[in-house]
Amino acid sequence: MNEFKGRTLSWQIVNGSIELALHRDPCNEIGSLTLDELEKFAAALPGLANQAQALIVHSTLKAGFSAGADLRELFQRGQVMEKGAALRGVREFLERIHSVMNALDAAPLTTIAAVHGVTFGGGFELALVCDIIVADRMARFCFPELRLGLIPGFGGIPRLKRDLGNAVVRDLLLTGRSFNVMKAQQIGLVSQIAAEGEALRVARATASQVGKFDRRTTAAAKEFVKPIPYEELKRELDIFCDLYSRPVVEEGLRKFVESTDAQPYLP
Amino acid sequence: MPAPTIDHTLDEILNLAAVHFKVPREKLTPDDDFFKTLGIDSLQALDLLTRLEHHFAIELPDYELQGVSDFRTLANRIQARL
Repeated sequence: MNEFKGRTLSWQIVNGSIELALHRDPCNEIGSLTLDELEKFAAALPGLANQAQALIVHSTLKAGFSAGADLRELFQRGQVMEKGAALRGVREFLERIHSVMNALDAAPLTTIAAVHGVTFGGGFELALVCDIIVADRMARFCFPELRLGLIPGFGGIPRLKRDLGNAVVRDLLLTGRSFNVMKAQQIGLVSQIAAEGEALRVARATASQVGKFDRRTTAAAKEFVKPIPYEELKRELDIFCDLYSRPVVEEGLRKFVESTDAQPYLP
Repeated sequence: MPAPTIDHTLDEILNLAAVHFKVPREKLTPDDDFFKTLGIDSLQALDLLTRLEHHFAIELPDYELQGVSDFRTLANRIQARL
């Protein structure tokens, strides 16, 4: 499927690059529907990769790249299902999203996240599967999960540990603070900073550059420098599920979902 | 170079907010609730925080802004990082 227009995302090949565009209002929250369409993309990726030099993941929404997991859906799941069934459902969801993330992580072409605005939680984790992160000057990153009584569940911590020093990872995870693009570049997370509104253009220029190289060499280099931390990813999923069933999580999710606070995005 | 005075910092914040959110500068006062005066939500507050960090070349952890809604307190938090 060379082209797809879904309810949460779309893809097409533009000038030799696959462009995966996220467009679910209000800020690309990742729930069941997004997961269904991400799975479609992961299934189509091997065929697409044969015709493209790079993959660019970006958002068409003004608010940002992605605010992360759909917390409203996660909360509702806990409300309408008995606890055991809700936990099984969460585990199944996480296993499916891990499978998609691993497929993107291992894609045999160079992958570029072009991010702007809110790049939080699961959205941050989606950016982390990409080989290169190009960030708009107004991008902001955060792992806010601890305030919900959880850890990131889409593979974020193992991938952050793969790329950054553990002290930085502890700071970001344990404080839940958000940080700007200057900090993100300083710690080695962001490769290139683009002016406001220019991340996709910069990502396209980068995609054009990486397309000059021999595909087999690129794939071998990528496999060598970017091993997928499967064991830690599995451990993360288990820890998330261990934490999920506690009352503190339900309280945290309820507080977020029912919040009238003017600052729900501030930890 | 000495740090700017708190009045100078406050003035720069008000100028930046007025320009970016297209509010007449004379309508903004230090004790205004910026959520109400600027008509912004939490996402736009994050946008303001990012612009202020870039403008003052500082890092301001957002937990320090929890409960902060007036320009004067915001200026004090920024001043402590200059």
